[in-house]
Amino acid sequence: MAAELSSIDQELEPTDEIAVDSTEEAPEGVAAEPHPDVLLVEQARAGDTAAFEKLIRQYDRQIFRTALHITQNREDAEDITQDVFFKAFQKLDQFKGNSKFSTWLVRIAVNESLMRLRKRKTSKTVSMDQDVETDEGSIPRDFAEWRPNPEQTFSQSELGDILRKTIAGLPPGFRTVFTLRDIENLSTEETAEALGLSVPAVKSRLLRARLQLRERLSRYFRKAATPA
Amino acid sequence: MNCTDFLAKLTDYFDGQIDAELLTEVKEHLGSCHHCEVVVDTTRQTIDVYRGHQPYEFPDELSSKLRGAIMDRCRKHVETTVGEKTSAGVK
Repeated sequence: MAAELSSIDQELEPTDEIAVDSTEEAPEGVAAEPHPDVLLVEQARAGDTAAFEKLIRQYDRQIFRTALHITQNREDAEDITQDVFFKAFQKLDQFKGNSKFSTWLVRIAVNESLMRLRKRKTSKTVSMDQDVETDEGSIPRDFAEWRPNPEQTFSQSELGDILRKTIAGLPPGFRTVFTLRDIENLSTEETAEALGLSVPAVKSRLLRARLQLRERLSRYFRKAATPA
Repeated sequence: MNCTDFLAKLTDYFDGQIDAELLTEVKEHLGSCHHCEVVVDTTRQTIDVYRGHQPYEFPDELSSKLRGAIMDRCRKHVETTVGEKTSAGVK
């Protein structure tokens, strides 16, 4: 399972149904309410473009940021955001509602982003598994405390630069898992669905992504806390 | 529980997916291991700082520009599809 997204030659199609129940959990004996997106998708399918526009408003930010985190290129992320929604619009009939609409979109976005990376690095295959075997940061080495906390030490723009630089240094397979799980707040299961990975593979990559980021950030935040 | 065992449970600990018995062991370990205590504290801060400071902005103007472009493509697609269906019907 962990290798399902091992290469972008194995493209994920938005038609691939993913087994996440789109209904909210309901107590026993009570009919589950369908997710509001399901209604909007049905309306869009019936020709209501305003309904589709509402879906864009809801998820454009998430799709743009996901694409930007993976590609690290703003122009690519803008193009990908357009392509993801247009592709979804064309394939609306194939969305069966077994998955959350947002997870379906994220899955398309990840696929489009990896394809874009491949185009940029023409001679190199870009994959979700690239560099994930590295041991860097998987064993903590820095045990300095961060005092005062980063918000008190750095200005917003300095902090933004540090966060961008630090996450950009992670291998794509770690960066994407961290982005979906910790920044975009998808559940572990949704992250697994969106990436075509098993839950244990997501947990393993998430741990290593978090530890690598912690280690890299520590270089800035520890240093700042140490008196000259 | 040693540090390696603790690290293996760190993701589940952060995600609150750990049973009561194991949680007691984790807390006991944290109480006696300063290094792991620091790792937990700074890893939590790592997650929090990214959650609290989206490193990439997505201004309203960009959202509006992209949405407009997407909707143009969608409308053209609908027109083309309807046009093709109509031509096919006439034939």
